[in-house]
Order: sequence, then structure tokens, then C-alpha cells
Amino acid sequence: MAGPIEDSKAQHPAFYAIVVMLIIMAVGPIVLMFVNSFKLDVDIISGTSGLLFLPTIQNYETALCDILPYELEHLDFCGLKFGGAFINSLIIALVSTVLTLVIGCMAAYALVRFRFMGRDTASGTTLMVRMVPPAVLLVPVFGLWNNEFCISKSSWLGEIIRDNFGGRGDVCLAGTHSGIILIYVAMNLPFVIWILQSFIVQVPRQLEEAARMDGAGPFQVFFKVVLPLIKPGLAAAAIFTFRIAWNEYLLASALSDRDTKTVPILIVNNMSEFNVEWGVIMATGMLLAIPPIIFTLFASRQIITGMTAGAVKG
Amino acid sequence: MRATNFNRLTPYLFLAPALVIMVLALLYPLGYMVYGSFRDWDPSQSLGESEFTGLANYVTLWNDANFRESVGVTLKFAVSVVSVEMLLGVGLALLLDRNLRGMSILRTLFILPMMIAPVVVGLVWRYMYHPTVGVFNRTLKSVGLESVDWLGQHALLSVIIADIWQWTPFIFILSLAALQSLPRSALEAARIDGATGWQQIIYIKLPLMMPVLIVTGLLRLIDAFKVLEVILVMTEGGPGLSTEILALRISRTATEFRELGVAAAMSNYLLILLMLLTLFMLAYNRWQEYRAAKAQRIMEGGV
Repeated sequence: MAGPIEDSKAQHPAFYAIVVMLIIMAVGPIVLMFVNSFKLDVDIISGTSGLLFLPTIQNYETALCDILPYELEHLDFCGLKFGGAFINSLIIALVSTVLTLVIGCMAAYALVRFRFMGRDTASGTTLMVRMVPPAVLLVPVFGLWNNEFCISKSSWLGEIIRDNFGGRGDVCLAGTHSGIILIYVAMNLPFVIWILQSFIVQVPRQLEEAARMDGAGPFQVFFKVVLPLIKPGLAAAAIFTFRIAWNEYLLASALSDRDTKTVPILIVNNMSEFNVEWGVIMATGMLLAIPPIIFTLFASRQIITGMTAGAVKG
Repeated sequence: MRATNFNRLTPYLFLAPALVIMVLALLYPLGYMVYGSFRDWDPSQSLGESEFTGLANYVTLWNDANFRESVGVTLKFAVSVVSVEMLLGVGLALLLDRNLRGMSILRTLFILPMMIAPVVVGLVWRYMYHPTVGVFNRTLKSVGLESVDWLGQHALLSVIIADIWQWTPFIFILSLAALQSLPRSALEAARIDGATGWQQIIYIKLPLMMPVLIVTGLLRLIDAFKVLEVILVMTEGGPGLSTEILALRISRTATEFRELGVAAAMSNYLLILLMLLTLFMLAYNRWQEYRAAKAQRIMEGGV
């Protein structure tokens, strides 16, 4: 093998062979899922391998049966409520991303730009809670969201909610979109604050001071001067937050009820059954994977910057 | 006067929303968990109604063979995953650190596996490992080899392979970034002195990259303890307890066995372990910064 150092323009052919193999290994499983999602189960099981099959969108139709405007011939009963779950996932992921970003960059700004009492504690705590796994939060969040974070049904607000939305018992966070959003925002904040700090540090102070000279208040300086300058950081943070909120399974499954199920829950529930319908499940998996894939293809540079900033200074 | 008051309040105003949310939904739950871990608590009662049992949950776990096995599986999983990923990731970065056209496309494709949902990763690999339908056994069969019982006999290995597929790119990308920010002068000097490719790697590149590599490895190790969904979808912890990592056992103890107190104690064990790792990482970072600052001072003093 030639030394890995030479920067000669023409590389050894074996080198390209390695690169091609790596690409196949990295993307192969995803391509496989993509291809299989267009196959009928008969084709998947009989193993008419490769690309010799008649592609069909039937799997996608089965998955989305509850929001398709037309009746399906191959299906008598729409059991998989994928469409509804997809909408739940979208609401939860988008709202928690926006909230996390707004709240996170304000906090990051305060931690970078101001000296104040408790600054080091705040910054240290942020760092430590970054490593808390969702599994550790499962038990307390389940208990709190079901029993403590509730409005009594006899209070006026509780009465209004019960009258308008129905249901019995006290009004609790568990089972609502807001409940899941709250924990996602809290989980993502430490990481977002951390990443954004490293971007805000690079904003030249003179710019902010100039704006202040012109009579801008702290909030104006923040929104009009700082935010536009850290757009790449915001993009990276947004993608990471969205990815976690969109992909997360464990806490959502503990907190959601029948109407607030997200897509990952649906997929896990359908996987654990003995007889897996591979075609349909691959179609749902593909639908869940599409938004992150699109982000990756269009914003890979921001993702990589964010990853490096988040880790190397970690 | 009011203006100065306002200025003094500003940082707190900026910080308040984040603080409220993190205290309410992270710190308070963590405290709640620690409190609950000392109690005999099941999901039908609120925490106040449960009985205080002292360290009983912790002692039960300590003597529980299943819990110990689960700890063993977790450690085996985390250590093997991180060491293989470090070797592969750093190796690939050293190999691919050249002026390649299309490098950015390559990196884009490499980060795909870590962007898609763990649930989906689990689903794809479960399909590929399938005893009859899966690609691996089908390929083995077509070349006339015995089929392998991937998710049965070799479940832990199979789960490890899937994680390596998903996360090696993470190490690769961070190592590549570290490599490309090495001081050109050191490499140039080594090349002029006639160091071979391997000598440059062993004596210059690796030592200079080491601080970044150690932090990357620790970050990955912490994350390896968080893995849950991929394994849940692939094996559900089985067969037996062979792939039941701690995170999975916590969730099963809480939802299937309905022993919230024990699950809380288990979460606490995991949390303490991760906290130690994080503290170690932070201390290492501080030490590096201190060393860099000292080197800087010596340089300046010398000049």
C-alpha cells in the first residue's frame, strides 16, 4: 500500500475500491429498506432478489390509510393509524424545536455575555445534565406527569378543560402533546445551550457595543444583531433538536395515550408482533426516516459543524 | 437608576425560561427519582402513598443475579462498541485524509445512519438478520454456507455490529476534523526529515490528536449507555437476558414488572456511573486547557 500521506492527485485504484465499499456499507441498509418498502410481502419473502420486481405503493397506502382521501381496494379495515401518528410527530417535533431554540439561545447568550451571580453553577449544571439518558428520566417523568403535574378537575381551569375536551379525573400532563413537548424541550436544552455558546463567543463584541451606542436595548441587540450572526449555529441546533424529538421512542411511549401516539411508538408496537408485515413496516420506517434524510442531504455542513462544536469543546 | 437595575436583571431575564423548564422537567424529576428509589412504589399509587423502605431497593438490586447480568451485558456492549468504533473511525480518518474530490458527499452519506431514528435502524437490521428472509443468511446460503442464527445465538454480537454501523461515522468525522486542524508546520517538518507515512502517523498525528480522541471516545462511551431503541426493536433484550442492557431493564422493570422503586434505584446506579464518566471527561478537559495555557506561558517567556 502506498503511504497514506502523499497528496498526489491520482489515487491508487485500490483506494477508490475502499471508498466505494464504504459507501455501500453506509448506505446499503437504508437503500435496502427503501427498495423493500415498494415490494409486496410475497416478493420480500420469496426472495426474488435484486431489482426484479414490480414496484408498488400499496405499502404506503396501507400505512397512510387513515388520511388518504380515497378508499383502498386491498384493505377492508384501516388498522394502522399511521397518518394520525405522523401528524402528532410533526406537531411535537416542530413545536419543541422552536421552543428549545428560542429559550436555548437566550440562555446561551446570557451565559456567554454577562457576568452575574450563579453563572458558573448554571453553566456547570447545563453540562452535567447533558449526559442524563432518557431511560433514567422514564420513571420520574412517568410518575410526575401522571400524578403531580395536574390541575384538579374542580378548579376553574380544570373544569373548563374537562367540559371542552371530555375525559375523567384530574387534568394531567400525561397523554397530552404539551406533556411530551415539555420533556423534549428540557432534554434538548442543555445540548442546544452548549452548542450555541460556542457560536455566540465568536460574535464580535464591538458590533453589540455599536448597536448599544445607537440606543438599542439588550433585547434589541440580541434579536437584531446577535441572532442573524449565529444562523449556522441555529441551523445545526435546530436539526439536532428536531432529530431527537422526531426519533424519540421511550418517553413518548410512557407519556402518550391513544390519541397522541407518535410514529416510533407505532413502529415498535407493530414490530413486536409475531408475524411482521415487512413491506408495510418498511414503508412506515421510510416515512419516519425521510425528514432526517432530507435535512442531512441539504444541511450536512451545518450538521458536521454542530457535531464538532458540540463534541470537541465538550 | 431604573436603567441600571434593568441591566442587572437582564441576564436573569434571558436565563429565566431555560432555568424554569430545566428545573421543572429535569432537576425536579431527578430529585423525585432519588426520593422514589428509597420507597416501595408501584404505578397505581402516588409517591406520597408509598412506603419508605430505606436502602432496600438498592440492596435487592445488588444481590439480584439478573441485574448483575444486565450490568455485565451493558459494560460488554459499551466497551466493545467504543473500542471497535474508535479503531475503525480513526483508521478511516487517517486513510481518507487527502484532497479528494467528492469528500463532502462522502461525509454526507456517512452521517445518514446516525440521523435516522434508532427505531428505524433497529428495524432495518432486524430485517437483515432475519433467519430466512434476511440478506445475510440469504447471501450465506447462495454461496453454499451454513446460515447463522444472528439474533439468537449471537444476539449480542449482532447488536454490537449494528451499533458500529450506526456510530463509527461519528468518530470518523470528529477525527477527520481533528486531523485537518493539526499544525501544518509539524507535519511539514517531519516530511522534510524523511519520516515515512507510518512514522508520521505514530509519532506526530496520533499524539497531537490524542486530546480530541480521548474526549470523543468518552462522549461515545456515555452515549453507548443510552442506547435502547435499537436493541429493543432488534431483540427486545433476548434471547434470555443476553442483550438486556441497563436502559432496557429499567424500562422493563417499570412497565412490565411495575416496580417503580426498584427501577428508580436502577436508574440511580446508571446515573452515578454516567456522572463519574462525565466528571472524568470534564476534569480531563480542564487539565488539557491548563497544560495548553502553561505551554503558552513558557513559549512567551522564552521569546
